[in-house]
Amino acid sequence: MAENKNLISGATGDWEIVLGLEVHAQVASKAKLFSGAATEFGAEPNSQVSLVDAAMPGMLPVINWFCVEQAVRTGLGLKAQINNHSVFDRKNYFYPDLPQGYQISQFQQPIVGEGAIEIDLADGAVKEIGIERLHLEQDAGKSLHDQHPNMSFVDLNRSGVALMEIVSNPDMRSAAEAQAYVKKLRAILRYLGTCDGNMEQGSLRADVNVSVRKPGDELGTRCEIKNVNSIRFIGQAIEYEARRQVDLIEDGGTVEQQTRLFDPKTGETRAMRSKEEAHDYRYFPDPDLLPLEFSQEFVDEIAKDLPELPDEKKARFINDYGLTPYDAGVLVGEAENAAFFEAAAEGQDAKAVANMVIGSVFAGLNKADLDIADSPVSAAQVGQLVGLIADDTVSGRSAKEVFELMFEDGPDQGKNPAVIIEEKGLKQVTDTAAIEAAVDEVIDANPDKVAQAKERPKMAGWFVGQVMQATGGKANPQAVNKLVMLKLGLE
Amino acid sequence: MSVDENMVRRIANLARIGVTNGELPALAKELSAIIGFVEQLSELDTDGVKPLTSAVEDRIRGREDVVTDGGYAEDVLANAPEKDDEYFAVPKVVE
Amino acid sequence: MTDLTQLNLADARDGLAKKKFSAVELTQAHIDRVSASSALNAYVLETPEKALAMAAESDAKIAAGETRPLEGLPIGVKDLFCTKGVRTTACSNILGDFTPPYESTVTQNLWNDGAVMLGKLNNDEFAMGSSNETSRFGPVVNPWKAGDTALVPGGSSGGSSAAVAARLGIAATATDTGGSIRQPAAFTGTVGLKPTYGRCSRWGIVAFASSLDQAGPITHTVRDAAMMLSSMASFDKRDTTSVERDVPNYEAALTGDIKGLRVGIPQEYRVDNMPAEIEKLWQQGIEWLKAAGAEIVDVSLPHTRYALPAYYIIAPAEASSNLARYDGVRYGARQQGTDIDDMYAQTRAAGFGDEVKRRVMIGTYALSAGYYDAYYVKALQVRRLIAEDFTKAYEKCDVLLTPTTPSAAFEIGKNVEDPLEMYLNDVFTVTVNLAGLPGISVPAGLDGDGLPLGLQLIGQAFGEETLLRTAGVLEQAAGFDVQPQDWWSA
Repeated sequence: MAENKNLISGATGDWEIVLGLEVHAQVASKAKLFSGAATEFGAEPNSQVSLVDAAMPGMLPVINWFCVEQAVRTGLGLKAQINNHSVFDRKNYFYPDLPQGYQISQFQQPIVGEGAIEIDLADGAVKEIGIERLHLEQDAGKSLHDQHPNMSFVDLNRSGVALMEIVSNPDMRSAAEAQAYVKKLRAILRYLGTCDGNMEQGSLRADVNVSVRKPGDELGTRCEIKNVNSIRFIGQAIEYEARRQVDLIEDGGTVEQQTRLFDPKTGETRAMRSKEEAHDYRYFPDPDLLPLEFSQEFVDEIAKDLPELPDEKKARFINDYGLTPYDAGVLVGEAENAAFFEAAAEGQDAKAVANMVIGSVFAGLNKADLDIADSPVSAAQVGQLVGLIADDTVSGRSAKEVFELMFEDGPDQGKNPAVIIEEKGLKQVTDTAAIEAAVDEVIDANPDKVAQAKERPKMAGWFVGQVMQATGGKANPQAVNKLVMLKLGLE
Repeated sequence: MSVDENMVRRIANLARIGVTNGELPALAKELSAIIGFVEQLSELDTDGVKPLTSAVEDRIRGREDVVTDGGYAEDVLANAPEKDDEYFAVPKVVE
Repeated sequence: MTDLTQLNLADARDGLAKKKFSAVELTQAHIDRVSASSALNAYVLETPEKALAMAAESDAKIAAGETRPLEGLPIGVKDLFCTKGVRTTACSNILGDFTPPYESTVTQNLWNDGAVMLGKLNNDEFAMGSSNETSRFGPVVNPWKAGDTALVPGGSSGGSSAAVAARLGIAATATDTGGSIRQPAAFTGTVGLKPTYGRCSRWGIVAFASSLDQAGPITHTVRDAAMMLSSMASFDKRDTTSVERDVPNYEAALTGDIKGLRVGIPQEYRVDNMPAEIEKLWQQGIEWLKAAGAEIVDVSLPHTRYALPAYYIIAPAEASSNLARYDGVRYGARQQGTDIDDMYAQTRAAGFGDEVKRRVMIGTYALSAGYYDAYYVKALQVRRLIAEDFTKAYEKCDVLLTPTTPSAAFEIGKNVEDPLEMYLNDVFTVTVNLAGLPGISVPAGLDGDGLPLGLQLIGQAFGEETLLRTAGVLEQAAGFDVQPQDWWSA
C-alpha cells in the first residue's frame, strides 16, 4: 500500500481522512424523468409541475427514455458496466418537498455498475478512483424556510427532475483529491453532454462522506455532508469535518453517524435534525413501473456515438502536439477550451499556441468573467498572432500589446492581428542596418558604460534595454542582443 | 410473532400516523392477529422462487423527451389547504 | 310508459334508438329514484344537473344520427375515480373536498361514449374493505333484506352494487383489488366483472394496491357488462402497466355457445366449513354448464390457501406507500401541528379510518428493515406460485368455476370488530387478483333466507371474450330474475 502523504496531524498522532462522494447530476433533458413537465432552471414557482409531479390521486409515472440513454451514455463514459436489466424502487420517507411520500430511485439493481475515473493530482501523478454504481432517480422539490417566521414554502418545479446518482468508492484521501474527482467527473459529464455540471444552479451537487482513522486501522464512522454545491465548499467542508472528527475523538468522544450540512458563511458543518427511524426507507420495486430492460444493440448504438473524452484528448494533445501533461490537462478541462486550442493551433507551433491560450486567453477571460464562447479574441486570431511572432513580424512583447488591443476591442472590431500591427505601427524592426544604427547611437552616447561592460559582461543587458526603448520596443530582441554583444566586443 | 406496543409506536412513526397511548394496546392486538395470520406463509418452501411483482409481462414502455405537461400552477395549487401566492405553505421545517 | 328504471343497458339502448323515450327522460327517472333512496346511502354525491346536461347532449347526438355506444345511459361512478370538477374523496376524510382538475381515463372513456353521470358512489375508505362499513359517509345498506336487519352490500364497491341492485343507475363503475367488484355483486344479485390486470387504465383512479387494482363494471346482465367493458377498456400511454392490446367488441362474444369448453373445478376451493348452500349452488353451476355442452375437469390450485395471507401482505405494503401522499400538504384536509411531522401525524390520524390505519401499518411493517424478506419478498414468491398454479390448470381447462363468496350478505356491524373475520370474505376472489386474471360473478340463486348468491368464473389473461360467453350461458341457465323488494324509497 502506497504511503499516504495526506495525513493530518492531531494531538495523538497522524490521522488519515477517508472520503467517498455521492454526486447527484441532473440529466440534461427537456422533460422530467417520469413526467412531461419542463426542467428549465428559474421558472415561476410551481409552473413546471404536472399532476404526476404534484402526486395528485391516481397519477402514474411514465419513464422518459432519453434519460435512460443519458444514463447509459454516462456509464460508458465512466468505463462502467451497463446493466441491461435494472429495477426502479420506491424509497419511502416523508418531507414536504417529496410529494409522493416516496422517491422513485434504484436500490439493489441499478442501471450502471462498477467503473472508474482517473484524477490528476497536483504533483502530476494520476490516481484511479473507483465508481461503485450510477442509478437514475427523481429529484425532490425545493423548500424555502426563511421566507416566513413559522411557515416553510414549497416549490415543486424541481420535483421529478431526472438525476443520475454517481457513487464513488471511498478511495479519496484528501480534500484536494475530492475536488479533483468532482472536477474530472464534471468534465466528463459536460463532454458527454449528459449533464451541464452547473453547480450554482444545482445541476451538480455532492454528498460528501467523511471519516477519519489512524493509518492502518479499520474504517471510522462516517458523517455525510449533504448537498455541497461548489468545488471550493467541498474542500472547505472536508477540512472542517475531518478536523472536527479528529478533535472529537482525541477529546475522548466518538463520532456519531450523522447527516450534516455545510454552512458556507461559517465554514462549518452542523448536524441536521434527525428523527429516529429516519433511515428505514422500506425500499421495494415500484409496482407502477416494469423492470427497465434494453438490448445490447441499444447500448452499442450509444457507445458508437461517444465523443473523445478528457483523458483520451489529453493523451492525444501530449502525443500529437507535444504539450506538457500540465498544459494538456488545463486545455482539456472543458471541451470548448480544447476545441478553441485545436482551432488556433492549426498550422502553428502548438506549444506557443498553448502558452498564449492558457496565459493570455484564459487569463483575460477569467478577469473579465467570460466564457470561451464569448471570447473577444477568436481562435483564428490567436493562431494568426502566434504565426506573426514566429515569422518575426512582431516581437513577443509587442504581441502582448496586440493581444490586449484585440481583447479590448472585442469581436465587434473584428480586427485581425496583422491589421492592428500595421495600424499601431508595432511591426518588429528586423532590418539589421537600422538596428545597428540604434546600437551605435547608444554605444556612442555612453562611453563610460561601454568601459564598465567590458569588466562586467552582464551590463550588455542595459544596452539591449536602451536600444529596445529607443526603437519603441519594436526591434527584434535577439538581433539587438547579438549586435550589442558584437559591438561591445563580448562575443 | 406478536407486535408489541413499542413496535406499534415505531411503525406509526414511520407511517406518520399519530397514535395516542390509549390506542396502543388495541392496535398491538389487532396487528398481532393480522401478522399471526399472514405468517402461515412461512410454512411454504419458496427457495429459488422468483418474486412476482407485476402480472404484466411486457417491457417497460417509455416516452419521448418532449415537454408536454405542466404550466398550470393554478390547478396544481387549487386544492391546497394552505398556500402563499404561488407556493404550498406548511409548518416550518427545521433542518 | 315503462318504468324507465327497470331497464338494463341493452334494453335502454334499444329504447332510445327506437325513440320510445328520450335520454333526458331516462336520466330524470333515475335522478328521481336516486333522490328518493337516500336510506340506502349508496350515493355520496348526486350530480343531477350535470346528468341532465349530459343527457340533453345525448339526445342531440341521437337526433343527429351520431349515437355513440353508451349514448344517454345513466350510470353511477365509484368515488375512487377522479372526476373533473366533481368532488372525489375515496370516501375518506383525508381527501376533504378535493376536486380534481382532471378526469380518470376510464370515466373519460365512458363519457366519450355518451354515458351520463348520475353521481359518485359510496365505497369502503380507499377501497379497503368487504362490506362498505368503513366509509367516511357511513355504511351502505343492501337493498336486499332478510327480515328487518340491515345487511351489507359487500365491499369495497358497496355503493356501486347497491345502486345497481336498487335501480339507482343502470350500471356502475367499480374497482377490484381482492374481490371488491365480484363480492359485492354476489351480495346484491348483480353481475360484477374484474378484467385482466392491465386491460383498463389505472390513470386517475385513487390507487390502493398498484399491482392488484383494476376497474370494472357492475351491471344487471352479462351483456351489459360486456357493453361497459368495451367502453371502459383502452390502452393508456399514461399508465405504464396498461397493456397495448386492441379492445374487441365484447358483446359480439356472447354467442351462447360453449360446446366443448373445458370448465375447471379447483378442488382447493372446497374450504373447511363451507356452507352447504354454497356447495349446492356450485354443483348446480357445474350441472348447468355441463348441460350446455361444456366438459367438466377437476383441477388443482395447490397454493390457494396461501393467497389470502399473501394478499394481506402485498396489498397493505403497496397501500402504505400509495397513501403516503395524503399528508395535508397539497390537497385534502389538514390538521394543525406543532411542526411538520406533527402536522403529518395529526392529519393522517384524523383523516384515516381505523381499517386504513391498520393496513397502512401492516404494510409499513412488512416493508421495514428486518421484515422485508420474511414478509414482502415471501409473499411475492407465493404470488408466483399461485400464478403458476393457474397457468398449469389452464393446460387442462379454459375457464374455472367457483363460488364467489363463502356466504350471503351479512348484518351491518357483524364483523366490524374482527378484521380477520372480514378478510375471509375474499377467500375465493383474491387468487384472481394476485395472478392478474379476469373474473366475473354471476347471480346464480338465493340462499335459505332469500338472499342472493353468486358463482364466479375465472378466465385466462385477456380471455374476457370466453369468460363473458361462458358467463352468459351460466346466467341464462340460472335464470336469476329476482329483485329486492323496495323498502327504502321515501
